[in-house]
Amino acid sequence: MQPFTTLEGIAAPIDEANVDTNQLCPTRFNKVPRGPKYAEILFYDQRIDTDGKRTDFLLNQSPYDQSRLIVADSNFGCGSSRETAVYALYEFGIRCVIAPSFGDIFDANCAKNGLLTVALPVATCAALRAMLHETPGMAFAVDLASQTVTDGRGGVHRFEISPIRKRCLLNGFDDISRTQEYRAAIDAFEAGHRAAHPWMFR
Amino acid sequence: MSASPAGTARTLFRKLWESHHIVTDEGESLLYIDRALAQENTYHAFVALEAQGRPVLRPDQIYAFTDHYVPTTGRAQGLAGIPVAEIRNMVVQLQDFARKYGINLYGIDHAQQGIMHIVPPELGIVQPGLALIGNDSHTSTHGAFGCLSYGVGASEFAHVMATQTLWQTLPSTLRIRVDGRLGFGVAAKDLILAIIATIGADGATDHAIEYAGSAIAALSMEARMTVCNMSIEAGGRAGMVAPDETTFAYLEGRECSPRGAAWERALDFWRTLPGDPGAAFDREVVLDASLIAPTVTWGVSPAHALPIDTAVPDPSHAGNAKQQGEWASAIEYMGLQPGMALTDIPVDRVFIGSCTNARIEDLRAAAEVARLGKARVPAWVVPGSQTVRRQAEAEGLDRIFIDAGFEWRDPGCSLCTAINGDQLEPGERCVSTSNRNFRNRQGPGGRTHLASPAMAAAAAIKGRLVDVRTLIG
Repeated sequence: MQPFTTLEGIAAPIDEANVDTNQLCPTRFNKVPRGPKYAEILFYDQRIDTDGKRTDFLLNQSPYDQSRLIVADSNFGCGSSRETAVYALYEFGIRCVIAPSFGDIFDANCAKNGLLTVALPVATCAALRAMLHETPGMAFAVDLASQTVTDGRGGVHRFEISPIRKRCLLNGFDDISRTQEYRAAIDAFEAGHRAAHPWMFR
Repeated sequence: MSASPAGTARTLFRKLWESHHIVTDEGESLLYIDRALAQENTYHAFVALEAQGRPVLRPDQIYAFTDHYVPTTGRAQGLAGIPVAEIRNMVVQLQDFARKYGINLYGIDHAQQGIMHIVPPELGIVQPGLALIGNDSHTSTHGAFGCLSYGVGASEFAHVMATQTLWQTLPSTLRIRVDGRLGFGVAAKDLILAIIATIGADGATDHAIEYAGSAIAALSMEARMTVCNMSIEAGGRAGMVAPDETTFAYLEGRECSPRGAAWERALDFWRTLPGDPGAAFDREVVLDASLIAPTVTWGVSPAHALPIDTAVPDPSHAGNAKQQGEWASAIEYMGLQPGMALTDIPVDRVFIGSCTNARIEDLRAAAEVARLGKARVPAWVVPGSQTVRRQAEAEGLDRIFIDAGFEWRDPGCSLCTAINGDQLEPGERCVSTSNRNFRNRQGPGGRTHLASPAMAAAAAIKGRLVDVRTLIG
């Protein structure tokens, strides 16, 4: 996983609540092996029609086609567990999504792929989106170490993140390697669990 | 967070969590995972694992199901019956990975093939007290048995295959208590749609839900699975019901259920799982079952659900500008008019199936209505598994459906996830017993109204949304 330390780039506002993972990656593209092709898959059914890229879709417009951040509304990434939704965001170039809340599974999937989710209050997210509509192409800066987002007018917004997620993102740690450090504890647990509940093991 | 202090009253969730807790590291807990459920899209997890050169640690605790990509006709031909190479390849890949690693496989030709949230319960693979995960958000289904059951993405699934563990932060707890009795013609699907409409599509985000109360206790296992299945549609990664005599009776004698002395020992353990009296929840929501009507969705979120005897909402009556915009956009996508009666909405297609509503009870409920008329629109019945299909055929349900002009198909996810080639045409309106009415979910431009099996069958024979109570009264 690529480490996430700091980020500076264009932020795109997405105003609708409940953006589901089917929208981020329509189901039929789940067959696609992970790779650069996912850049085009992001929001495919809204971005692309039979005539090609729809100019009325924000992420097709310059400068938003260079976006690195998204500022969204509540429950972003709800629905299906498909990690391809994260692949699509990542390959498009998005490294950080700011929203009042996220789908739980999507949120976990982002953390495993070096994409930072930042939860800020509903009113803050609404104000940030309004700011981005007023000044298209505005850049935001994110500093994970200090847990801050700095908007294009210099406003600093501090966010919470679990210590372990922060450490993994900052270092690009591979989850499985981290878990292997607990191999002895896992083995001991499994032996006790098996002895106490033998019917659980076939 | 490991063990509760001695003497503390614990919830069902807390007991499940603590009995699988290995260590805590900076606020995250490492949980032991007893069983894991894979489907064709899990190939992303297998590829990731192979890229890291890691083996599958406990293949006998991993189960693979062919459901998302299998066709629902022409199954006698097996793999050769899948005409599109990319779709066929998804089934082939999963079967190949499963065989390579020695994982339990329910492949396309297996006598017990079916949906990953229908087959494990009917074989007794899901039991109270387990912690299990699935590479699918509707893994919450299995909480109906009083187990901890999470949907996860490919990375977390790969992690479980490599280590048989999962890192989790302790969620908050939400008890949804439903007292009273569901009325005539009102099903578990109506109940869960009413719950989601009440708490919202993110009402249970970062919460583990426990469904409780007399209305829940009165539900069959099939109905409890329908309720728990859609926990994720309220944002809850896990939903559960305390195991009771209904649970134990369902499990006794199933293929993978414990037997003999092991059954007695398991029963003793399972009886300790329900929450202790006085155990505290972070939140509680209370509903009166008797007030719930047959419910359908009108919009593009499962929270856009209303009683069938009401009307499409009028955005000008919305509580705020944000809701006004959301409603207007949903109504536009759905091709509806504000204020029109829900029973005036004509339908083009009907789909009875999915991990939400393709169990034997669901098909019985739909058949009871189907026998009252003839389908006026194309109506599909897709059983959730080969076991359900055989049972339904033994009961003659297939004949009822076929005689009423419904199509009786082979088991799979089909038109719920619309990836096996079964999909809506742009603009088509479908009454569906599935779980998601998102934009484009059942095919680009498709429009979905979620409903119970009986309501879906009623819509098929009337050609529009209809209150099933007016047909069966």
